[in-house]
Amino acid sequence: MQLAVSTLLSGISAGGQYALIAIGYTLVYGILRLINFAHGDVFMVAGLVVIYMTASMPLYVALPLMVVFIVVLGFCIERAAYKPLRSAPRMSVMISAIGVSFLIQNFATYYTGGLARFYPEIPFLYDSVTIAGATTRWVTIVTPFLVVALVLLLLLLINKTKIGLAMRAAAKDFETCQLMGIKINSVISFTFVIGSALAAIGSILYFTNYPSIMPQSGALPGLRAFVAAVFGGIGSIPGAVVGAFIIGICENIVKVNPTYSIFSDAVTFIILIVVLGVKPTGLFGEKVTDKV
Amino acid sequence: MPAATLEKKSKRGAFLSLAGVAAVLALVIVLENTLDPNRNIIVFTTLKKGAVYALVAVSMNLLNGFTGLFSLGHAGFMLLGGYAYAIFTIPSAQRESVYYMYDGSAINFSFPEFFSNLFGGSGAGGAAGMVLGMLIAIVIAGLVAALVAWLIGLPVLKLKSDYLAIATLGFAEIIRAIFQWEPGGRITNGANALKSFPTFNNFNITDAEGEIVLRLSTSVCFAISALCIFLIVLLINSSYGRAFKAIREDEVAAEAMGINLAKHKRLSFIISSFFAGVGGALFAMYVNQVQAKTFNSAMTYELLLIVVLGGMGSISGSAIAAFLYVACGEWWLRFLDSEAAFKSASDRWAFIIVLAAAAAALTALLLWRRKRQGARKFSELWTACLLGAVVLGYDIYYAASGSMEVPFLRTGFRMVVFSVIIMVVVLFFRRGLMGDKELPARLRELAAFIRRLAAKIRRPSAGGGKPGAAAGKEAGGDE
Amino acid sequence: MSENVLRIENLTMQFGGVVSVNGLSMEVNKGEFVALIGPNGAGKTTAFNCVTGVYQPTNGRIEFMGETIVRNHPQGRMARQYMGERATLYTSAYRGEDDPEALEAIEREGDGERRAQLRAQFDAEARERLESAKRRDPDALTNRVIAPTPDRITQLGIARTFQNIRLFSSLSVFDNVLIAKHMRARQNVFSATLRLNRREERRMREETMALLEEQDLARFKDEVAGSLPYGLQRRLEIARALATEPRLLLLDEPAAGMNPQETQELGEFIVKIKEKYELTVFMIEHHMDLVMQFCDRIYVIDFGKLICEGSPEAVRADRRVIDAYLGVVE
Repeated sequence: MQLAVSTLLSGISAGGQYALIAIGYTLVYGILRLINFAHGDVFMVAGLVVIYMTASMPLYVALPLMVVFIVVLGFCIERAAYKPLRSAPRMSVMISAIGVSFLIQNFATYYTGGLARFYPEIPFLYDSVTIAGATTRWVTIVTPFLVVALVLLLLLLINKTKIGLAMRAAAKDFETCQLMGIKINSVISFTFVIGSALAAIGSILYFTNYPSIMPQSGALPGLRAFVAAVFGGIGSIPGAVVGAFIIGICENIVKVNPTYSIFSDAVTFIILIVVLGVKPTGLFGEKVTDKV
Repeated sequence: MPAATLEKKSKRGAFLSLAGVAAVLALVIVLENTLDPNRNIIVFTTLKKGAVYALVAVSMNLLNGFTGLFSLGHAGFMLLGGYAYAIFTIPSAQRESVYYMYDGSAINFSFPEFFSNLFGGSGAGGAAGMVLGMLIAIVIAGLVAALVAWLIGLPVLKLKSDYLAIATLGFAEIIRAIFQWEPGGRITNGANALKSFPTFNNFNITDAEGEIVLRLSTSVCFAISALCIFLIVLLINSSYGRAFKAIREDEVAAEAMGINLAKHKRLSFIISSFFAGVGGALFAMYVNQVQAKTFNSAMTYELLLIVVLGGMGSISGSAIAAFLYVACGEWWLRFLDSEAAFKSASDRWAFIIVLAAAAAALTALLLWRRKRQGARKFSELWTACLLGAVVLGYDIYYAASGSMEVPFLRTGFRMVVFSVIIMVVVLFFRRGLMGDKELPARLRELAAFIRRLAAKIRRPSAGGGKPGAAAGKEAGGDE
Repeated sequence: MSENVLRIENLTMQFGGVVSVNGLSMEVNKGEFVALIGPNGAGKTTAFNCVTGVYQPTNGRIEFMGETIVRNHPQGRMARQYMGERATLYTSAYRGEDDPEALEAIEREGDGERRAQLRAQFDAEARERLESAKRRDPDALTNRVIAPTPDRITQLGIARTFQNIRLFSSLSVFDNVLIAKHMRARQNVFSATLRLNRREERRMREETMALLEEQDLARFKDEVAGSLPYGLQRRLEIARALATEPRLLLLDEPAAGMNPQETQELGEFIVKIKEKYELTVFMIEHHMDLVMQFCDRIYVIDFGKLICEGSPEAVRADRRVIDAYLGVVE
């Protein structure tokens, strides 16, 4: 019972953290049809920035500043690496994304010296709490509520505001959207800003749970989050969130037995492949037919 | 008959390229036997790794560039090949020590040993048997990868573009997890490395005392890789290769032309995986060990970058890019990783001037590229200016600081510079080294360009021969 | 009676809640040049896509040279959503009752004896229909679905062109046609790679060259297909379709974007290749001059339903056709 509760709790918590990253993937994919491979690395940078900032300033300054920094980083990546390739084939943009990911990882290795750095303990989030006999940190409890609140906010933004309408339009039809006089570049930049901000918030939660940060630390959560986005139907925000929670929970169930813990990532992909086999566009994805 | 002349032309091209490959092979043999292998380790490492990566990149290009299937599972198939090779070649005497965590191996069969014993155990016969066994094991490595590709091909290849990419990436991860799984340890040695199997060094010809008479380790690696690439080229230029290209161009039209999509996609997938498996075996021989964790998705990305740098749909491009990539990563940029200080002020100033010139040249090059693409707005040019300004700014800062130490150089800087170079290529030379053309066509283009440039310089009034233009084209040709 | 090459029966294609083709039945006889016309969005291309295996029809059967090549009935979720007619026609539930309204009319008949008599006649007709269905299609009254992929259809001998040209645009003109020869070549991947199929390869190349020369495309053989002018691209697409050695050629708006003179030339060209290769041609077209001048028979559909069929003269005079094209005058 205790084991089940703690597994479920850590699963939900991990799922919530993946959800925040997955939204970044799904939004960008929805508009640009691009797997933004650099997103996981932006997430990792968010962790590192906090570590270096807290050395010289208090946490309550460092965290908001970090979010701003990550937003700027996401914006710059889009402008420098993706915007020049707007008319290029999709493959080129994806390669550019892989290149950016490569660059960020290598730069982080150079800057940190390739050693693991440790995330500062954030008061309250890091404190322990006991639920149904299972001891966990507050972050585990906070995550799902925070995620739901943020997602509701995001949905409100997308469904009720003008920029949200522009984003939805851009996701439906890029070219027509331009013809209708929507400034497509600012819409895309805005998408990256939202995605990066959510990843930055996610990083606070995630690295409180797993405090050791390596330059490659972003790759795996990034990949899992991306799988979650595909699993839920890429382009769909509720899909990404549901997918992320399912994947987080499954991963933690597999981790329970140490013999099988090596499969914790493999299981993510097994689920993905099964889902894609049954429903090729994910749980909530729209079916796109080729016009002949 | 025009069809006949076409055939003749392609035949001449084939002979020329075969002659080229033979010349390279001969050069490698000569190099290997004249250069001191201990002092030039880096050269041979680069050559071997380059040859292995060339093969794997070409096999990836077959799938991604020629069939248009975006697959990211190559590291997984290399893993299968590497493990299959290792498992079937570790001599039984060594098994105990390799599998010490699991009290010995479940499989106690080694192809090289078997054939070596069959042909007389020792001496020339034994050596021949050993080589035969290794070659058979390499083929088996490919077959194992191909078998797995055959099994997963049916469900996976139904998926389209990005979904296919992520599913194949997933399969590679699953395979990796399976090979690291403890209960399979008696076969795969769990998370530990498999080693002590015969490598390229076993191809060196020794005399009775064990002294090396003729070194062949690097050239054998080249020869196997070249043979495989040659087979892929033959395939691509065959009727099946054309069918693959048709699928890449337009699936619906290809199907309407009677090309069975499922069958041909699967075929391409299997063949590509076969050669990835062979490449995995060669990779295992190159590093002298196999460990599942090496074959991660970063490796696939690396290969994908090579394919793109060389040009999607260009075999020679992939091969050349593989060597350039490996050489840059392992060798040419190595100096960036070690801290260094200038001995004299004049050296330091020379460095500062070179850096400033590089910044100016880079900015000019980027600006020129942008202008040629028809961009007039300043906002489209700011990337170029910014990049130049950053480098120049640092240069000025360094000049003012008065420090003698070379700025930035320390462990890891090599990879930063390397990835910046890759980003520049990806952003500004999008079609890569070769585009979708092969080396001869590209060389002809380059020759024509140089002729035009020469004509322009002779008559400066006509075009005002821009030096930036020359730099741009050459960079396009080299990187 | 001349031999059917293509026979479409009760073809219905429903996408979600939209019935794009509804109970379409038509026949194309050997050596004929038949046109399918209708206003935009009438379901012409959808019908073509069903014939060529791009879509799996929701309901209906298609026969080619007397052999069933496509056969389906509404299943799964579609069985509940189905809005077309005759849902049970190609299932084991079919008993030959084709006309539920006639049956109701019989049931309403007051006179008992007459009702029984009508009923018996109705049943006899149903039995007859059942028998004939069985004769035509050995799989009738089983739930078997036949849904071949497009390449299989092409192998059987139906070639097509596309409404929006779909060439392999970055390959050469020569390769475009050569690729169509791949399907019928006797080779496998090993023999092709190791060049053991040299004779077969040479034959493919020679046939391709001959075809290009005949289509007056030989001059352009090394050009990239995408760089050809529009008219030549159309011609190349037809050449490519011919290279698959078809018996039935489906042309989807071959004259789209052509001026009257080009259209006239195209018509003559189609007739010429039809004679030369002993083809049957089935064409979707909007250019009425082309259709009226060259076609033997015309089918007109509107909103997925067949509204008229006959010779060009008959169709030209038909009230329903005029209504469909110009709108109904109240």
